[in-house]
Amino acid sequence: MGLTEFFFYLFASVAVLSASMVIVARNPVHAVLFLILTFFNAAALFVLLGAEFLAMLLVIVYVGAVAVLFLFVVMMLDIDFSELRAGFIKSAPLGASIGTLVLVELILVVGLSQFPSNIVGQPAAAIDINLTNTEAIGRVLYTKYLFIFQGAGLILLVSMIGAIVLTLHHKTGVKRQIISAQVARVPESAIEVVSLVPGQSIIPSRDEDGTA
Amino acid sequence: MEIGSGHYLTLAAVLFTIGIFGIFLNRKNVIVILMSIELMLLAVNINLVTFSVFNSDLVGQIFAMMVLTVAAAEAAIGLAIIVVYFRNRGSIAVEDVNMMRG
Repeated sequence: MGLTEFFFYLFASVAVLSASMVIVARNPVHAVLFLILTFFNAAALFVLLGAEFLAMLLVIVYVGAVAVLFLFVVMMLDIDFSELRAGFIKSAPLGASIGTLVLVELILVVGLSQFPSNIVGQPAAAIDINLTNTEAIGRVLYTKYLFIFQGAGLILLVSMIGAIVLTLHHKTGVKRQIISAQVARVPESAIEVVSLVPGQSIIPSRDEDGTA
Repeated sequence: MEIGSGHYLTLAAVLFTIGIFGIFLNRKNVIVILMSIELMLLAVNINLVTFSVFNSDLVGQIFAMMVLTVAAAEAAIGLAIIVVYFRNRGSIAVEDVNMMRG
């Protein structure tokens, strides 16, 4: 068994095992950590395939951002996860049967038939073996697929704005600084001249916004 | 046995099936459902990269990058929705969501 075969089977088996642990783990924090392990193994498989840039992207984007986001949410929310696991066994047979069906179909379609190398007649962007993977992707991505690339940037912008708008909320009953009200203050509204009769106290009248 | 495209495609099929199975298994836990969707998207990415490499066409890797982008956006929005939902209801059980009407 060659080195490539050894590493493929190593990474593939660890990826499948950790992916199964993601869905059966009792503690969701463990599930997130197994998800990270799955992504690491998939990245190693990408390196094995020769797609180094995507492998690094997978580590940076998935492990560095998405999985950590999951970890934050799981740890931030105070959820009784044992309650959510009720009915775990009940729905397992249905899921197992549908899963087996899909797996058998997929393996029958893709696994047993070796695709001929000429399945695509003319590659849209042939891989140049003289270039590194990153350089080849950059040459194609920034020229031929520039608009798709910018569309991806727009998707990320929209999702960022959406996430902020969804989670931002102002608590009521909290005194906040209103800069426009401060700037708009003029001496006429801030100072009140009263004529005081000796021996009589006066309580200053208050405006609607609470300023004295 | 030489590692061909079939090996990688089979692995992707297994990962995809685990994702589907995870959705059925954790029907009440939205966070694990989101993680299962991430697993399925990862399987799709493995498929795309495999075809890209074995057909020596770079477009598959470009497309995998786009899938990665959409997956990251989807995870961010999904988790934001979960946080807002938990803030309003104090629970993230899926079957309570059918109370959202109108």
